[in-house]
Amino acid sequence: MSFYLSGVHIPHKKNTAEMAPVRMNIPKTVVLLTSMHIGKPALPVVKAGDHVDVGTLVAEQNGVVSSPVYSGVSGTVKKIEDALLAGGTFAPAVVIETDGLQTKDLNILPPQINGYEDFITAVKKSGIVGLGGAGFPTYVKLDVKDTSKIQELIINCAECEPYITSDTRTMLDKTEEIEYAISLFEKYLGIKKTVIGVESHNKKAIEKMKQIAAKNPNAEVKILPSVYPQGGEKVLIYHTVKKVVPAGKLPIDVGCIVCNCTTMAAIAEFIRTGMPLVEKCITVDGSAVKEPKNVIVPIGAKLADVFEFCGGFKSEPKKVLYGGPMMGISVPGLEVPVLKNTNALIALNEKDAKRPHSTQCIHCGMCVSHCPVKLSPMGIAKAYKNGNAEALQKLRVDICMECGCCSYICPAKRPLVETNKMAKTMLREYQNAQKEKDGKK
Amino acid sequence: MNGLNISVSPHIHSPRTTTKIMLDVIIALLPATVAGVIIFGLRALAVIAVCIASAVIAEFLFNKICKKELTVTDLSAVVTGLLLALNLPANIPLWQAAIGSVFSIIVVKCLFGGIGQNFANPAITGRIFMLVTFGSMTSAAFPTIVDTVSGATPLSVLGEGGKADTLDLLLGLRGGAIGETCTIALIIGGIYLVARRVIVPHTPIAFIATVFVLSLAVTHDAKLALQYTLSGGLFLGAIFMATDYATTPVTKWGKVIFGVGAGLITILIRFWGAYPEGVSFAILLMNILTPYIDKLTAAKPFGGAKA
Repeated sequence: MSFYLSGVHIPHKKNTAEMAPVRMNIPKTVVLLTSMHIGKPALPVVKAGDHVDVGTLVAEQNGVVSSPVYSGVSGTVKKIEDALLAGGTFAPAVVIETDGLQTKDLNILPPQINGYEDFITAVKKSGIVGLGGAGFPTYVKLDVKDTSKIQELIINCAECEPYITSDTRTMLDKTEEIEYAISLFEKYLGIKKTVIGVESHNKKAIEKMKQIAAKNPNAEVKILPSVYPQGGEKVLIYHTVKKVVPAGKLPIDVGCIVCNCTTMAAIAEFIRTGMPLVEKCITVDGSAVKEPKNVIVPIGAKLADVFEFCGGFKSEPKKVLYGGPMMGISVPGLEVPVLKNTNALIALNEKDAKRPHSTQCIHCGMCVSHCPVKLSPMGIAKAYKNGNAEALQKLRVDICMECGCCSYICPAKRPLVETNKMAKTMLREYQNAQKEKDGKK
Repeated sequence: MNGLNISVSPHIHSPRTTTKIMLDVIIALLPATVAGVIIFGLRALAVIAVCIASAVIAEFLFNKICKKELTVTDLSAVVTGLLLALNLPANIPLWQAAIGSVFSIIVVKCLFGGIGQNFANPAITGRIFMLVTFGSMTSAAFPTIVDTVSGATPLSVLGEGGKADTLDLLLGLRGGAIGETCTIALIIGGIYLVARRVIVPHTPIAFIATVFVLSLAVTHDAKLALQYTLSGGLFLGAIFMATDYATTPVTKWGKVIFGVGAGLITILIRFWGAYPEGVSFAILLMNILTPYIDKLTAAKPFGGAKA
């Protein structure tokens, strides 16, 4: 087994890395989705006409895996409507008309923490979810019950998507918060070793993270190759602590907790101030954007307002993404809001938005040699075409993290990620049918 | 704001395309092509032109008649035509060259589903078709720029206990097919393909090394073994045809197995077979085994139990 997992060299386009974030003006309306995380949507606790301040709870946690939603603006609740989510389902959204005063909710106080339980409760209340893009409620990940299971805390500072520099800005501008968060984790989760993984090209961030490690004998900085996708959780774990997370298992099963650096900083800020997650630094860039920037936006701001703050468009946007171009989700229009886990908005012009023409597979094997998790996308595509779910099971399409390396590298421009997604569904249906059959026996 | 494109990620793609890869292969074949024309004269150029033209026209007509997407612009038919020509002697009747080229494209490639879908290398299979049909290869052409070389191909000479000159073998001043004789030109092309990351060197190195080692084992003579290695169509086959994407393994170990297997079969045919040369047969036979080699050498998915 080679030392590093495979991947692809992609253009970095970190145009905004040197740009300190600027705060956007408060938009007229914000739309707070109740589903900005993996898990059950939160339950709205406000109604039309209610007044909210910055930090006011608008929807409470609903279920074991869920996360509360707070307002990042002061104003009046206009309505609660059903909003279409990226996954194609609907969830309630709280629409707030802002008053521009940004008055702070008077109940905001730093949480009292006397131990593990208090810490988990605080993270739960903070509304923080995986800010690197995953959107998984952070407290679920931290609530391991038996802290002796944790061997390493791995801080994900690998910002491997092109354009995005919001995590880089966290590392440069909020070094102290990251440092404080590590001390909190050490205190309440009994962390004995912290590994900070940063990509080799991110020189200034490496310097900053090394400052943390210099002060903390239990922390070290691990420099990762500048190959996409270093930020993939299982790739990061392998490259930082040489552990392989078995398929279907979680990092904690091999003694690891992985946390994105911006998530860490957000936890530190909440513990210090009591202000829950209500705003975010996001990178706004792409070939259609007039003035690429890092922008601090209230969560729920509409994309149209954010782009307007960045000078609008220099050419008509033909594709707009939540996140980076490798794994980002293309949005249907600019009326959708910024979510908790949005780390970038990328608007592409006509030329960049065009999907290249797809031709026949030439069997070159590049999708195989560039797959970080050692799958055979070309084999999967063949099995899927033949409707062979059994072969898909053997080919382990379920391991695919949809990082996009195969589609990116394919000279025939085959839509391999798309095929993998459909193949996963086919496999799940097959496995469910098998289970049912076994159950009947 | 209307008309935003919606698509599944990723939203960027590498600049490499099938056409660019084929163009790289053509560029890599240019040194051997030029050398072939210099060594064997303008007749070689005529063979090359006929093969390329008939390959392209055949694919174009097939796609038209079968109402398939036109694929001639991907340049793969040009590569097949050129490769076949380089595998033919310069004095071959042009009508035979044309038939061979059409056979390669229609029977071996298009009927199996076009680019990437064929299990056998079109140029190799076309060459073998011509060998058994016309007996073309038994009358190898000889260099026109020097008059010192005549009589038989080095493999026949060596097989009968004769002597060959190593420098001539490297420069290509010997009897044989248009593109197979100038070893130096072929190596330059191979280095280009590796540098451009079109191929990895596993198969050619395994193939050539196996032939050398086994020649040494049979002859017990290092110089003779080297001359065997530099003779016939080994370098052309190992660098340009045993690395064909569609018909050879995709895994690195698979490529090594393919190279070693092809080397072994080449030696068996060269020393004990009915034909003086065995590279083409060896590659074709290994083409057949390719799906099994790929299966055998498939990587274990990361974090997955063995399937």
